[in-house]
Amino acid sequence: MGATRAVTDATFEDEVLKSEKPVVVDYWAEWCGPCRQVSPVLEEIAGEHADKIDVVKLNVDENPVTSQKYRILNLPTLSVFKGGEVVKEIVGARPKSALLRELADFI
Amino acid sequence: MTDVRDVIVIGSGPSGYTAALYAARARLRPLVFEGSVTSGGALMKTTDVENYPGFPDGVIGPDLMDSMRKQAERFGAELIADDVTEVDLTVDPKVVNVGGDTYLAKTVIIATGSSYRQLNVPGEDLLSGHGVSWCATCDGFFFREQDIAVVGGGDSAMEEATFLTRFARSVTVIHRRDALRASKIMQDRAFANPKVKFAWDSEVVEILGEDRVTGVRLRNTKTREESELAVTGIFVAIGHDPRSELFTGQLPTDPEGYLLVDQPSTRTAIEGVFAAGDVVDHTYRQAVTAAGTGCAAALDAERWLADLADQET
Repeated sequence: MGATRAVTDATFEDEVLKSEKPVVVDYWAEWCGPCRQVSPVLEEIAGEHADKIDVVKLNVDENPVTSQKYRILNLPTLSVFKGGEVVKEIVGARPKSALLRELADFI
Repeated sequence: MTDVRDVIVIGSGPSGYTAALYAARARLRPLVFEGSVTSGGALMKTTDVENYPGFPDGVIGPDLMDSMRKQAERFGAELIADDVTEVDLTVDPKVVNVGGDTYLAKTVIIATGSSYRQLNVPGEDLLSGHGVSWCATCDGFFFREQDIAVVGGGDSAMEEATFLTRFARSVTVIHRRDALRASKIMQDRAFANPKVKFAWDSEVVEILGEDRVTGVRLRNTKTREESELAVTGIFVAIGHDPRSELFTGQLPTDPEGYLLVDQPSTRTAIEGVFAAGDVVDHTYRQAVTAAGTGCAAALDAERWLADLADQET
């Protein structure tokens, strides 16, 4: 495991909703090809911007409660949480440059 | 300034990786720009690939791509998961820009593939991520016991429809014509599946819903009559457009944007520039044909470099 870490339905509240820093949640699943593609990009972003944001990964297959609560319907979806609220949603895999543009407000 | 490479491959997928494999084995030290999130190409969004020769029990699309990637790497291909942002193929050596970095090469093999075609109807952008999807294997899971639709009549549409019945209560295939374009085996499989229904001679004119999809409005292509179909998910599989924008103004294309090559070779209008795979092929569009033309492109590039060396001596 690199710069990102896994969260679960059980740890979501403590690690995401109560986090001081903005948290990017990567909703993913084993069977999702584009998730595999975006994963190394997120590792890089997490490593390069660790001072500003946390990047966490939520496996939707193992953690259905959270993904249903936030009505996730596409993988990968990246949601930015700030103060317990979703402030940004990015649907589908994007190149690193595009992700950095989308996340510019937080890094 | 960077050194001048023998070969730069732009794009991955079966075509790019096969070109890289052959170029690497020819000791041409290929540099491959795989794309940051398009690496592996269209097969990254498929499940079982049943028609790639050599895999009697089928192979998972992303696994096949991982294997091709590793095989190219084993022989020395240098793979970079980044996006080419600009090229100048008209100069010698050819220039490939990746963000702020510049790379030079004597030959360039283009294998940028194709991207999913959109419906271009109201509601599509708004509800993308809220029930509109381009990836059945990614998103099917979220539509358990729901009624959903697939738009399209080709192999990918049939594959998606059949795959989605694992989750959905019903899958309606919406197709503009009264017959499918898909291969016979894919058609038979869809027809035999009790969960798959068909809306023939129908096109989508609007995707309905406010914060998530609630249905689609259809128009009969013969009678022009409109109707509504209640679905919570809509999977778009109406084909692909060649990813050739990077080369606009430098390389000739056909009216649909496919790069033109001097068939049966992979030579483009510019010396030392070759193109292969789905960015060229509007006819066959198979993983194995893409791999085949990728191989041809590497051999064409190798021969071109050898001729160049002869001229220089």
